[in-house]
Amino acid sequence: MKIKDIVRILNAEILFADEKMLETEVNSACASDMMSDVLAFVKDQAVLITGLCNPQVVRTAVMMDMVCIVLVRGKQPDEIMLKLASEKRIAMLSSPLRMFGACGLLYEAGLKPEG
Amino acid sequence: MSDVIHLEFDVAGNNFVSAGTATNQVKDTLRNLGIPNQDVRRIAIAMYEAEINMVIHACGGKATADIYADKIEVVLEDHGKGIENIELAMQPGWSTASEDIRGLGFGAGMGLPNIKKYTDEFKIESEVGKGTKVYLRVNFS
Ligand SMILES: Nc1ncnc2c1ncn2[C@@H]1O[C@H](COP(=O)(O)OP(=O)(O)O)[C@@H](O)[C@H]1O
Ligand SMILES: [Mg+2]
Repeated sequence: MKIKDIVRILNAEILFADEKMLETEVNSACASDMMSDVLAFVKDQAVLITGLCNPQVVRTAVMMDMVCIVLVRGKQPDEIMLKLASEKRIAMLSSPLRMFGACGLLYEAGLKPEG
Repeated sequence: MSDVIHLEFDVAGNNFVSAGTATNQVKDTLRNLGIPNQDVRRIAIAMYEAEINMVIHACGGKATADIYADKIEVVLEDHGKGIENIELAMQPGWSTASEDIRGLGFGAGMGLPNIKKYTDEFKIESEVGKGTKVYLRVNFS
């Protein structure tokens, strides 16, 4: 699945991503509001799905070399978060869906935790 | 690259926004040196957890990183409140973090277990009322 597929499936708003990033392949996903849970999970080309909205979400994704962050429940990042994401070239999306719904749709579309 | 690269950082306490900048610089340095991705990620995660701990549990401190041809060593030292029972603190899920900290996404009690999991060597010394010193080593594959 590509980042552009996530945008479509989750009806997401693109807050940061260029054309090239939208074509990036995503192999696995991790969903949590606790960053240490995310940090316990290592997979390549992963997407982070979270209801948490602060700069440490982006830092966590950076440490994990994640390629995309999806903020659920329509959360909007502040300027610091967006700047960090663009510096590190991590796609930032916001979906109106809740966590469970977002995860369910991505799983159904073929995205698995194992990658 | 047999020379040692020595990096030093001041980690600001109670600045949740800047927490992680020291780790970020170490990560970028290792990347530029061409260190394998999985090794960069292991030390980045471990150092980030330790840096966050220094910010949320102590009042910040100092971090140093020494990069050799075959390994990286990181030391994080603070003069915060210290840890009463290290064995307990190491247990997955054990945390003294407040609800406020949990609301920020930390305080799941997985930091120290994560650090142990990702490093080749992890030492922690702490004295109540004096501070905490954490040593991390990751060997390059
Ligand atoms: N640098 C530190 N200074 C004081 N206490 C610490 C420090 N690092 C860890 N601790 C203590 O150890 C506990 C467990 O740490 P950790 O596994 O990282 O979980 P968490 O940070 O989520 O609480 C903390 O809740 C805290 O009580
Ligand atoms: Mg911690």
